[in-house]
Amino acid sequence: MTTPKRILATEAAKETIDTLRTRLGTELMFHQSGGCCDGSSPMCFEKGDFKVGSQDVWLGTVHGCDFFMSADQFEYWKYSELTLDITPGRGSSFSLEIPMGIRFLIRSRLFSMEEYEALPPTQNGEEFLSLP
Amino acid sequence: MDTLTYAKSPAVDRPLIKEKYEHFIGGQWVAPASGEYFDNISPIDGKAFSKAARGNKEDIEKALDAAHEAFKTWSKSPAAERSRVLNKIADVIEDNLELLARIETIDNGKALRETRAADLPLCVDHFRYFAGVIRADESTISEHDEHTVSIALHEPLGVVGQIIPWNFPLLMAVWKIAPALAAGCCTVVKPAEQTPTSIMVLMELIADIVPAGVINVVTGFGPEAGKPLATSSRVAKVAFTGETTTGRLIMQYASENLIPVTMELGGKSPNIFMKSVADADDEFFDKAVEGAVMFALNQGEVCTCPSRILVHEDIYDRFMERVIARTKAIKLGHPLAEDTMMGAQASNDQFEKILSYLEIGKQEGAEVLAGGAKASLNSGLENGYYIQPTIFKGNNKMRIFQEEIFGPVTCVTTFKTTEEAIAIANDTMYGLGAGLWSRDAHELYQVPRAIQAGRVWVNCYHAYPAHAPFGGYKKSGFGRENHAMMLNHYRQTKNMLISYSKQKLGFF
Repeated sequence: MTTPKRILATEAAKETIDTLRTRLGTELMFHQSGGCCDGSSPMCFEKGDFKVGSQDVWLGTVHGCDFFMSADQFEYWKYSELTLDITPGRGSSFSLEIPMGIRFLIRSRLFSMEEYEALPPTQNGEEFLSLP
Repeated sequence: MDTLTYAKSPAVDRPLIKEKYEHFIGGQWVAPASGEYFDNISPIDGKAFSKAARGNKEDIEKALDAAHEAFKTWSKSPAAERSRVLNKIADVIEDNLELLARIETIDNGKALRETRAADLPLCVDHFRYFAGVIRADESTISEHDEHTVSIALHEPLGVVGQIIPWNFPLLMAVWKIAPALAAGCCTVVKPAEQTPTSIMVLMELIADIVPAGVINVVTGFGPEAGKPLATSSRVAKVAFTGETTTGRLIMQYASENLIPVTMELGGKSPNIFMKSVADADDEFFDKAVEGAVMFALNQGEVCTCPSRILVHEDIYDRFMERVIARTKAIKLGHPLAEDTMMGAQASNDQFEKILSYLEIGKQEGAEVLAGGAKASLNSGLENGYYIQPTIFKGNNKMRIFQEEIFGPVTCVTTFKTTEEAIAIANDTMYGLGAGLWSRDAHELYQVPRAIQAGRVWVNCYHAYPAHAPFGGYKKSGFGRENHAMMLNHYRQTKNMLISYSKQKLGFF
């Protein structure tokens, strides 16, 4: 079994990341949001625009972008394999793809116990930032 | 073909809506600096019905210029004058209630019976409440000794930024605009990009009533118009309703400017049904059943949606049988039809997200007691965003019990003891709303006190009268809207410490 990843992306999501990178000329990051209106959705920002810290968990990189969520939310999400996808739609929030008339979306699948146990350890945002 | 059978009722006529709306800045209609407009899609049928101006930093700066100019006089205007303006706005909304209710339904997708009976009447009352509050509002004075007096006088913060969600486009704007104006602030409002039209129709109606620049509305996308507003060094405060990540981001921006914020950030509200609820099959039992089905109000797109039903195990069968039957009786249909009970979700991405949660619930092993899929309507509604009201049975550790779905989806679980009910209720990141249903006088006080939420409805749910403070505990935010105490989130205190003594201190 290859080492499972917590966060994957569909081809459509990867293309959107590439488009945004080219258009904005900058690296990107994601932070998974919690509740309300546009919540429970992944937010895409310029790298470093959203400040992560000890209460965030770094899930890994997706198509070269760091992906975070808050630690208490991760408690309920840690058993899920997440796939970043794209859907047409008029979202709000400060997520960078919104002017394109599309929205990043998370699709979820529960890990098998074997996969879950093979997952690499996560880091919190503070540990992540202190990496060389 | 429809997956739900319903008798089709004719939709009421659509009012004439302009082809496009510019920004409302300084009392004028101002074309966007970019020259661009974007389509506003109605969730009813997935079709564009108007266009909104695509605002950017330049437009936000223009709006801030106008607001700062207006602040010079508005901040010094008598309370009686501010009150008069607020009352006039209320009158205009009341006189145009049917028009605004229909446009709100087209903009948001919610059923007309809700915009007529809830959204718009609450807007009217909210302005009247704050018009009244500032006439009775007083600052304080204290005499420290016979020669020393301290005056603690309220002063408006200045020009504020207000970012509005799409679930109650007019009402949430009014919750923010009314206290800000009452306090003497001027505002730059950024509506949600899904619902930018109804507020512009309101601005058309009140343009002659509100002094130029006191209310400015700039439409556009979050990254292009919302961010310049939230990061501006020219706003004295930012008020936001939305989700946690954007809330944190706005607080980060505010920290750079050292300005206050208020945040209303959603929830996963428990609705608790104690054993005594089923002591009799009477009017109250019927009310409690309706209370559980309130998850479908506004298609579940409410921060306080009662999305977790906690029911005592002894009454589970009797109670849930009724709740399921009542849920299945919800009539989906054209949002502009007068007998439609539940309309469309507000946008396609929300629709897709809700469907993804229906899948997650099934994967987690939750049992579908009602609904569980999209609702395919026909007769021109094929491309609208309709979802069947859904009840899952499961446990509180499941993601569907912990994450805000923001759709017509509730999850039910049982408890054995009051302690267990409280523990489950509080086992969540959020603390916005909660419901407690009981016939026991002790429980009616003790259980709400033990629930970590800013609003606990006791033997009722989803009432939002002005005069009852509303806001969150835990990760649901802070600040209390809907109440006089919101005034102080738009004011600061000027303390004048006055000596009436002619004697020097003798230090120097």
